[in-house]
Amino acid sequence: MGKGSEIKLIGTPPSPYVNRVQIVLNLKSIDYEFVEENLACKSELLLTSNPVYKKVPVLIHANNPPIPESLIIIEYLDEIYSDVHPILPSGPLARADNRFWANYMDTKFFPLFEELRKTPGKEGKKAIMKQIIEGSQLLEEAFVKFSDGKPYFGGDDVGYLDVVLGCFLGWTKFVEKHNEFKIFDEARTPKLLEWTNRIWSHEALKDVIPESETLMNFYMILMKYRP
Amino acid sequence: MNPATEELIPVHQKMEDEVKLHSFRGSPYGCRVEIALKLKGISYQFIQEDLNNKSQHLLKYNPVYKKVPVFVHNGNPISESLVIIEYIDQLWKGVPVLPQDAYKKAQARFWAKFIDEKCIPAVFKVFGSHGDEQDVAEANEQLQFLENELSVKGNKFFGGNNIGLVDICASYIAFWAGAAEEALGIELVTKDKFPKLKEWCDNYINCQVVKDGLPPRERLVAYYKWRFGKA
Repeated sequence: MGKGSEIKLIGTPPSPYVNRVQIVLNLKSIDYEFVEENLACKSELLLTSNPVYKKVPVLIHANNPPIPESLIIIEYLDEIYSDVHPILPSGPLARADNRFWANYMDTKFFPLFEELRKTPGKEGKKAIMKQIIEGSQLLEEAFVKFSDGKPYFGGDDVGYLDVVLGCFLGWTKFVEKHNEFKIFDEARTPKLLEWTNRIWSHEALKDVIPESETLMNFYMILMKYRP
Repeated sequence: MNPATEELIPVHQKMEDEVKLHSFRGSPYGCRVEIALKLKGISYQFIQEDLNNKSQHLLKYNPVYKKVPVFVHNGNPISESLVIIEYIDQLWKGVPVLPQDAYKKAQARFWAKFIDEKCIPAVFKVFGSHGDEQDVAEANEQLQFLENELSVKGNKFFGGNNIGLVDICASYIAFWAGAAEEALGIELVTKDKFPKLKEWCDNYINCQVVKDGLPPRERLVAYYKWRFGKA
């Protein structure tokens, strides 16, 4: 089991990047204290913990200075709690492949969702939705390669890319409904669609990914304060 | 690649290893990889790419981005400079690029990410706008974080007594930025504003492994004069 509350996670429930870290903490059965942040009025703790970006999530482990950035936190946790449910594979090439796709998701795929939200007008939104669909097809190919016939990117059980992509499923479902289009569908991304249903009910994720109502509220706040 | 056959403990380069780097001379990102390879004493074949006429190999090896650098080890391609460097560091023995301690490693990765996401784009924007005041202010704000980091740690390099991941990542600041400043007659990383950072730049580009990997400065200055329209 975990090592007591020597781990603090500063975050907000609707943030998929925060959810990422929560999923990994769950997979590794690590106890932690969740310090909920109000992003409209950031605490002294957050501003001093992450002066460069002033963002969540931030992990504080025992007396160490804070660690921001979800992917960096995950690699840190994976190294110090390496004996329970390894997240990344151990080989250098397998790690490189995983890190490449996590980088693609974070720098190319997920930013499209924010762009979609901020783009006014039907035509503009249509163009972004087309890019999201193209991205999902790349991810389908990646899934087929990584899973190699098994249920997850990580193989038999949830691994790095399952977490990196899986944490966004609350938002992908929301965006699909809100914009009336399918990101993952039977015709274009059959394997990934199966995967989304499978991982949605995984123990480590299901109590972490917020309900649609929470996401809707957060979405309305974003539209108001960051149009 | 079969996961069961991957090396889990750092090894020496093998005679039969085929190590190639697809890049172009003058690429700051390709140069990062070259510095890491030189640090580890790894022999490699440099394959010059013409970005206006990309090779079939490049398009096959990096279908997602179609960009350089692409590192190919025994036929296995890896893209993205930081991903490549982590691969090199994990696989091969020799001078470590990342710290061994998990926490220090996290810190190094954080600064590398910051340099890529915030610092370099802000500095580049200054050159693109020929020194627009607001762009300069934004770049100064980002550079100040690096200045503070050097100040607080009090080391010669971001990596400590020796260069590491963060130093390599900041190669653009150490060399390319200076060439662009000269080409455009702009002063950005100055001794007055950033004394520690300027000192770091001078120390960094004088390291042998770095010197060996840098492109000729005059050619870079000429390129920037053309690129930013002040030939």
